[in-house]
Amino acid sequence: MSAVIDTHGHGHTDHDGHEHHPSGLMRWVTTTNHKDIGTMYLWFSFTMLLIGGVLALTIRAELFEPGLQIVNPEFFNQLTTMHGLIMVFGAIMPAFVGFANWQIPLMIGAPDMAFARMNNWSFWLLPVAALLLISSFFVPGGAPAAGWTIYAPLSLQMGPGMDLGIFALHIMGASSIMGSINIITTILNMRAPGMTLMKMPMFVWTWLITAYLLIAVMPVLAGAITMTLTDRHFGTSFFNAAGGGDPVMFQHIFWFFGHPEVYIMILPAFGIISQVIPAFARKPLFGYASMVYATSSIAILSFIVWAHHMFTVGLPTAGLLFFMYATMLIAVPTGVKVFNWLATMWQGSMTFETPMLFAVGFIFVFTMGGFTGLMLAIMPVDVQMQDTYYVVAHFHYVLVAGSLFAIFAGTYFWIPKWTGIMYDETLGKWHFWLSLVFFNVTFFPMHFLGLAGMPRRIPDYASQFTEFNQIASVGAFGFGLTQLLFLYIVLKCSVLRKGEKAPARPWEGADTLEWTHLPSPAPYHSFHEQPEVK
Amino acid sequence: MNNKLGRLTGGLALALYAGLASAGYQINFQPPVTRIASEIYDLHMLMMYVILVIFCVVFGVMFYSIYAHRKSVGHKAAQFHENTTVEIIWTVIPFLILVGMAWPATKTLIAFKDTSNPDITIKATGYQWKWGYDYLKGEGEGVGFLSALSTPQDQIHNQKPKDEHYLLEVDNPLVVPVGKKIRVLTTANDVIHSFWVPAFGIKQDAIPGFVRDTWFRADKEGTYRGQCAELCGKDHGFMPIVVQVVSAEKYTQWVAEQKKKASAAAEDPNKQWTPAELQAKGEKVYAANCAACHQPTGKGMPPAFPALDGSKIATGPKAGHIERVLNGKPGTAMAAFGKQLSDTDIAAVITYERNAWGNKTGDMVQPAEVKAARGK
Repeated sequence: MSAVIDTHGHGHTDHDGHEHHPSGLMRWVTTTNHKDIGTMYLWFSFTMLLIGGVLALTIRAELFEPGLQIVNPEFFNQLTTMHGLIMVFGAIMPAFVGFANWQIPLMIGAPDMAFARMNNWSFWLLPVAALLLISSFFVPGGAPAAGWTIYAPLSLQMGPGMDLGIFALHIMGASSIMGSINIITTILNMRAPGMTLMKMPMFVWTWLITAYLLIAVMPVLAGAITMTLTDRHFGTSFFNAAGGGDPVMFQHIFWFFGHPEVYIMILPAFGIISQVIPAFARKPLFGYASMVYATSSIAILSFIVWAHHMFTVGLPTAGLLFFMYATMLIAVPTGVKVFNWLATMWQGSMTFETPMLFAVGFIFVFTMGGFTGLMLAIMPVDVQMQDTYYVVAHFHYVLVAGSLFAIFAGTYFWIPKWTGIMYDETLGKWHFWLSLVFFNVTFFPMHFLGLAGMPRRIPDYASQFTEFNQIASVGAFGFGLTQLLFLYIVLKCSVLRKGEKAPARPWEGADTLEWTHLPSPAPYHSFHEQPEVK
Repeated sequence: MNNKLGRLTGGLALALYAGLASAGYQINFQPPVTRIASEIYDLHMLMMYVILVIFCVVFGVMFYSIYAHRKSVGHKAAQFHENTTVEIIWTVIPFLILVGMAWPATKTLIAFKDTSNPDITIKATGYQWKWGYDYLKGEGEGVGFLSALSTPQDQIHNQKPKDEHYLLEVDNPLVVPVGKKIRVLTTANDVIHSFWVPAFGIKQDAIPGFVRDTWFRADKEGTYRGQCAELCGKDHGFMPIVVQVVSAEKYTQWVAEQKKKASAAAEDPNKQWTPAELQAKGEKVYAANCAACHQPTGKGMPPAFPALDGSKIATGPKAGHIERVLNGKPGTAMAAFGKQLSDTDIAAVITYERNAWGNKTGDMVQPAEVKAARGK
């Protein structure tokens, strides 16, 4: 990824080097280059992935056996909460913004993002927010411990760590909104001549829709947590029943943000998969138009299903029926996407390099998460599964095997373009197979735990849950360690710069602008003159 | 050699089988004992079969394609794309399958929500971290008690072997008669809890300031165990629910016992207690209600749970101490125990706290003083 640094820093003259910008650390602080900013987003998110991963492994170590061994219950709750917040807001979301920064200008033939300075600002807000969030571990009372959903009124009982968490979320929200404005403006105004909306690569489409979702819902989250803040410190009673408020209102507001948020974390993943599958099947995407419509339908439906997270709060029958039917409907456009990927593979001429392995693995494992999602949509069944390990299994199938696998697929797919160096194919395949196996060893048994009646977010459990918990813990450590292999593979391309030189178009079936019009690595400034798209 | 290997694999297979057969590897819902729970069970199985069929078809196609349409076996890529008919087919078929699933789900949902005409109505109140049960209507009206985890701390901290119902056992279980429609009203005292008994197929959040309801009719006598299902703070994992379903006669007997106990326990509020009596009783009340946060040593777990040993309140004027125990401290986990404990219990626990560990105030609090302080 830092190939860009090197080509520049070493004073190569084979690119348009007529700009003067600082070098060393200040270069990264002041950069307005979309490639630099994309790189920083990706490294930031990987760092957060490792921090969140360490928290997860501490949880799994505690849950290896019944009884309290390693952490006490308060700290356990801090771990689950911070694991969730860090992974959602620190790892997955910024990773996709990193992809957007790198790839959107390259794929639409634009020289950079529309608001280059704001782009710098929206990245540099993130480390600040992350520091605030993580520093909450060290204040009296510790980090937020009310779950990543910070339900009131439990969130009103927390110490100052909760306030730090709230401020961190505010800042990350501002960063996301700025990033989204930038992405929308870039896509709508800076496409190469001839590239109509319906000729855009799928990845660009999914990000356009995602950016709209972000702008729509991040302010809603900001509202919810601001009300929590004023309830905590300024005597309001939005969520305090004793003062005339309603604790359930928090959940409605939170999930009105939270459900679209789920799709914010998966739509760009769909986009990446929709680039990778056709490239390695050497065959165009089967139903481009229907993919665009399916993605839009998912985005629109995401606004009318939020209460399926709240099937046990005691909604009226009519409300339950509405939210159950609406949620089930999401299976239709999601199914359309899966069928389209399969139809793209069908009769192709497939090869299985690491990006394709992760993409096929994504389809296989993400679809299982889709099936359990359908199960959870059925309100009476959900009553038994709500707040159990079944839900934990479900959302890790869509967020780890979904979003994270797509991030891996995308990284392997584009890293030759980013660094100019091919990644190590053998190690990449090892990374895939180990990830796939350990992922399932970790999360598949959690379905059984949930069905058998193990609640989530508990530091200790009844003895009959021991065996599956032990399997899950072993898998989790395997999965965590495997990601160090990924770190090594990426470092080898970007920092160590070992490996074969990548050609401009290493993938036979890849046909978007970054492969057809740019060398590898992509020069620091690309598309000064926009290409013509026919 | 071969023989050895054979025996070894045989042994391993046997061990695996024994392992799978034991309760530790339960892979489905708990056996249902209400109509709703068995409908949920069936619904889940039905969905499971449908999903398995879809799984096999979809991934059968995918893996066949992976096998046959590879470059390495010389397959040439076709270039077809866009086909509206196909798109319509794979939109409509899933939609029809969904309609087929929605039909039974809707029927169960409507039955699940029908809490009308109960035989007995019980209010379940979630506290941090125990349950309170009040029998409001029907046989047993007037009975009320608290129900807390009875697993000893040294089992949780691995100092003693764990017993069979580790973490799923309580001091006072909820008792209901078999075959009667029981309506459960849920509410909470502090934060949101959730009343969940898997074998009954019910889970209902208990929300402070609001009353929600659910119902069950257990068809089989027995003891059924559940847990709080909504994160409610530190001891969320330690507030189980145990329901004993008994025959109608046994239930009548149980109600009579409860009433007798209640009248025996109704102490004369004007009785003067000796310091030794109060401290002995107070130690028990402390262990059951306070020790989880403030610790048996009185050292607490600062800063979230302050120490009582040497604290300003526990060694300062009595009035302030009584006020804090009665009304709690809003915005923290310190509950208002005035609603949970009797005057005698509060007097005893305060006396204990003022004279235990390093605290040597030498004074005591009589139940009458607590009663007087309640009005303020």
